[in-house]
Amino acid sequence: MLNPQLKLNPKLFNSDVEQVPIRLGFGQGLLAAGENNKNIVALCADLTESTQMHLFKEKFPERFIEVGVAEQNLVTVASGMSAMGKIPFCSSYAMFSPGRNWEQIRTTIAYNDRKVIVVGSHAGISVGPDGGTHQATEDIALMRVIPNIDVVSPCDAIEAKKATLALSETIRPAYLRLAREKTPIITTEETPFSVGKAQVYWIPDVGLAQVGIVVTGGLMYRALTAARELEAEGIKTKVMNLSSIKPIDKDAIIALAKETKCIVTVEEHQIAGGMGSAVAEVLALNYPVPIEFIGINDLFGQSGTPDELIGYYGMDKNAIKEAVKKVLARKI
Amino acid sequence: MLTQEKIKILEQKANNIRESIITMLVEAGSGHTAGPLGMADIFTLLYFHILKHDPKNTAWPDRDRVVLSNGHICPVLYATMAHAGYFPLEELKTLRRFSSRLQGHPHREFMPWLENSSGPLGSGLSQATGMAIADKMDFAKNTSRFIYALLSDGEHDEGNTWEAILLASKEKLHNLIVIVDRNNIQIDGYTEDVMPLGDLVTKYEAFGWHTQEVNGHSFEEVNNAIEKAKSVFDKPSVIIAITIPGKGVKEFERDYKWHGKSPTKEEANMALKELRTLGGKIKSEHQ
Repeated sequence: MLNPQLKLNPKLFNSDVEQVPIRLGFGQGLLAAGENNKNIVALCADLTESTQMHLFKEKFPERFIEVGVAEQNLVTVASGMSAMGKIPFCSSYAMFSPGRNWEQIRTTIAYNDRKVIVVGSHAGISVGPDGGTHQATEDIALMRVIPNIDVVSPCDAIEAKKATLALSETIRPAYLRLAREKTPIITTEETPFSVGKAQVYWIPDVGLAQVGIVVTGGLMYRALTAARELEAEGIKTKVMNLSSIKPIDKDAIIALAKETKCIVTVEEHQIAGGMGSAVAEVLALNYPVPIEFIGINDLFGQSGTPDELIGYYGMDKNAIKEAVKKVLARKI
Repeated sequence: MLTQEKIKILEQKANNIRESIITMLVEAGSGHTAGPLGMADIFTLLYFHILKHDPKNTAWPDRDRVVLSNGHICPVLYATMAHAGYFPLEELKTLRRFSSRLQGHPHREFMPWLENSSGPLGSGLSQATGMAIADKMDFAKNTSRFIYALLSDGEHDEGNTWEAILLASKEKLHNLIVIVDRNNIQIDGYTEDVMPLGDLVTKYEAFGWHTQEVNGHSFEEVNNAIEKAKSVFDKPSVIIAITIPGKGVKEFERDYKWHGKSPTKEEANMALKELRTLGGKIKSEHQ
């Protein structure tokens, strides 16, 4: 069942569950952050409406900078603004930022220790029809290997809004990963969120869980639906929301592995170097258990509907259920 | 006011800074020689005449900002800052050593009074542009400090530099002053062979900048150009400073081979002798 302590959306499993793009939560969060703090500024590379930055731009035009189609400039200009006391959010598609400007993010933001929030929208393959050039499936890996930068990938629009507000107040530079498609609203305003803290969204009706499912980003709804069906089939699981990939909540991951003795990770990203790899690093050192990885297995994306692509690349509800059964069979 | 007397003092200072550069590089056993020597006059002018700064209060909010984009010429930055009183001259000998504040390329984590870490080329002008935008956002035309960006000519090969040139012009950054070290060399050879840059003045002009070209070894010319740049009110300014790479040591001058290597002990001794002779000459002229 949904963890009652976290006040998740009670209508989550209704057929008419509300669906909102995760990126919209960012747009609303940035507007709210801008209202709270006059030092918040926004920069965009010719994708203002797509990344939902227009909400901020319309309210605070004097605090918005359009840099044109120039992602390298986008993040380095942001670094300079941070040096003068601003808190810049800079947005583009994840494929271009951090896809194109990785070294500038590393040197002028992380190495330079300038507080900038790099916002990568349209991450993952659920971008859909635009095809593989626009489907960032490597960005978590790209960002989490850089020292001194946090990585956050919210599971729905409400969490994206909270993450945006939270990242406007932390000290370190950060990468915020967003998705284009409408996805079901999972959390509520009351659901807790803080950078670096994982939450268990699904728990067994009674007793201990047999499998731990760790999820980041927009696949959370599919993971929860899988957990619900598995529960009905007699397989008890816990589903953890690891929206903060860095800093990673080691204690929560180790505690989950100790209970379940096996883990499935779920992300719309390459298996190599992504959130699953981060979880595996924690467990290999602290509490090794069998792991199955749901993600893209060393392939580029292509055109299609989000559902078609998520099915084709093995990340849908059925793939998650199969991975759960597989890892259960591997358990010693 | 830049009096003739002050110019003599600056000449002497620049000569001392060049000696420090040679000493640092030979001690480190690696590093870049031509660029730092070529920019010694401009750094001296900035830190001993132009800049609003306080080496004893490095976090002074109203200070002018200096963004060094081509971090590999940091020996001249470190030497000038040490001579200006930011840290002890003795420390210059630790260049490129383990745990030294004088990293091979500048790093703010080790030297917090630097405005930026640098090394990878082509991102300094963007950072300076961001600083100037932030100031303009807060103070409109009443900005009280200037943002100086120091660029190499070679890093105009980088697309990122031109992205910043476009944006600074769009934002009409009157508080941004760029000095380009036009020394015509880069690691692989002469700039016009590696990647012809042509007429940078015309290029910047076409991008909407206020442009000036000066002899980068003339304190008077550079000073006048900076004063003029400060009075430009509706666009960013660039000063293309024609410099001689390796300036001050005849054997190193104008040869791109000195771009990316440090002198041997013998070469350093020869260079120091030459600089000391020149230093003596300046001193005697001054007295």
